[in-house]
Amino acid sequence: MATETITAEEALAVHGAEAAGPGMPQLDVSSFPNQIFWLLVTLGVIYFVLSRFALPRIGAVLAERAGTITNDIAAAEELRHRAREAEGAYDKALADARVEANRIVAETKAQIQADLDVEMEKADAQIAAKTAESQAAIDEIRESSARNVSEVARDVAREIVAAFGADADVTKVDAAVDAKLGERA
Amino acid sequence: MEGDIAQFGQFIGAGLAAIGSGLSAIGVGSVAANYLSGALRNPSAAASQTATLFIGLAFAEALGIFSFLVALLLMFAV
Amino acid sequence: MATETVALVEGEEPGGLVFHPFDQFEIKPLFGEIGDPVSWYTITNATFWMALAALSVILLLVVGTRGRAVIPSRVQSAAELIYGFVYKMVEDVTGKEGLKYFPWIMTLFLFILFSNYLGLLPLAFTPTSHIAVTAVLALGVFIAVTVIGFVKNGMAFLGLFWMKEAPLFLRPVIAIIEVISYFVRPVSHSIRLAGNLVAGHAMIKVFAGFAAIAAISPLSIVAITAIYGLEVLVAGIQAYVFTILTCIYLKDALHPSH
Repeated sequence: MATETITAEEALAVHGAEAAGPGMPQLDVSSFPNQIFWLLVTLGVIYFVLSRFALPRIGAVLAERAGTITNDIAAAEELRHRAREAEGAYDKALADARVEANRIVAETKAQIQADLDVEMEKADAQIAAKTAESQAAIDEIRESSARNVSEVARDVAREIVAAFGADADVTKVDAAVDAKLGERA
Repeated sequence: MEGDIAQFGQFIGAGLAAIGSGLSAIGVGSVAANYLSGALRNPSAAASQTATLFIGLAFAEALGIFSFLVALLLMFAV
Repeated sequence: MATETVALVEGEEPGGLVFHPFDQFEIKPLFGEIGDPVSWYTITNATFWMALAALSVILLLVVGTRGRAVIPSRVQSAAELIYGFVYKMVEDVTGKEGLKYFPWIMTLFLFILFSNYLGLLPLAFTPTSHIAVTAVLALGVFIAVTVIGFVKNGMAFLGLFWMKEAPLFLRPVIAIIEVISYFVRPVSHSIRLAGNLVAGHAMIKVFAGFAAIAAISPLSIVAITAIYGLEVLVAGIQAYVFTILTCIYLKDALHPSH
C-alpha cells in the first residue's frame, strides 16, 4: 500500500501538469480572475477604440458616400434635364430650318417658273416669227418654182412646136401650156 | 478495482452522452431540410429568413454540443 | 489505481496513442516558469491572444479606414461591410431605439469573431473557448439587458413573463416557465459559444492523436481538414449567433410587450 502510494506520487510528480488539476483547463477556477480581468481590459480597449475612432469614422464615410451618391444622382438628373432641353431646342431649330428651306425652295421654284414662262413666251414668239418667215420663204420658193415650171413648159412647148416646123404663134402656145398647167395644178 | 468500475462508468457515460450529440445532428438536418423546402416553395421569402435559420441551427446544435461537453467532462474532467 | 496510472503513463510513451485534447486550452504565464501561479494581473497566453484580437480590430477598423475614402480600399471595404452587417442586424432586430447600444454589440461581435478566427491558427489559444470568458460576456449581456428593461419600462418589463394571449389559468404556469427560461439564457448563451469552440478544437486534437497510427493517418488528416473547414464556418456563425441573440434579448428589453 505504502509503496503504491509512493509510485502514485512519483507518477503525479512526473506528469504534474496533467494530473494535478482537473482535466479541463476551462474548469480551473484559479485562472478565472486572470481571464476575466484581461477580458474586461480587452473589451474596454475595443469599445474605446470603436466608439471614439472607428464607428464615427465609418459612419461618416458611409454618410458621405450616401451624400455623394445622392448629389451625383441629382446632378445626373439635372444634366439629363438639360440634355433634354438642348435636344428640344435642337429639334425646334431643325424644324425651323426645314420650314425655312421649304420656303426658299418654293420661292426659288416660283421664280424659276416665272423666268421659265417668260423665256418660253419669248421663245414661242421667236419660233412663231421664224415659222412665219420660213412659211413666207417657202411660199415664195413655191411660187417661183411654179413660175419656173410654166416658163420651162412654155419653152419646151415652143421648142417642140418649132421642131415640128410649125411657126406657131407664141402667145397661143403659152396660153395652151398655161391652160394645161392650170388643169393639172 | 473500484477505480476500474469508476472508469468503466465514465466511459460508458461518455459514450451514452455522445449519442446526444449525434441526435442533435438529426435536429440540425431537420431545420435545414425544412428551411430548404420552404425556401424552394417561396424563394422570395427565403432571404429574409436566413437569420432565423441560423438561430434555429444554433439552438439545435447547442444541445448537441451540451451532450458532447458532458461526454468530454466524463472522459477528461471527472 | 496507482500502478495502473504508472502503466497508463508508460503506455503514453511516443509511438502509442496520445490524446491531450485539452492541453491547448491551458492558461500559461507568457513570461517566467511554466508552473508559476496565475494571479489576476499575470500576462498569460490568454492575455496575448485577447490583445491580438483587439489589435486586429484596431488594424481593420481604425488603421484600415484611415483613408476615409469615398471609394474605399479593400481593407476599408471589409471594415464597412462588417459595420453595415452589424448595424443592419441591430436595426432590423431591435429597431431604431437599439442603435444606441450598437457600439457595445459591435464590440462583442468583433471580439468574439476575432478570438474565434485567431484561435483557428495552429498553436493558437482561443479565449472564447473558456467558459470564464463567455460567461462574463453572457452575464454582462444578461445584466445589461435586465437593467435596460427595467429602466426603460419600469415594472411593465415584467409583462415579458405574463402572456396576455394565453388562457388565464395557464398564465402562472407559463410565467414560471418564462422566468426559468429567462434565467437560463446566460447559461445557454455562454455555453453555446464556449462549447462549440471547445468541441471543435478538441475534435481536431483527437483526430490529430489518431494520426500516430500509420494506417489511419491519411484518413485522420483528411478528417482534420474537413473539421477545420467546419470550424471556420462555426467560428463565424457562433459570433453571429451570439450577437443576434444579444440583439433579440435587447429587443425583449426595449419592447417587452411582444
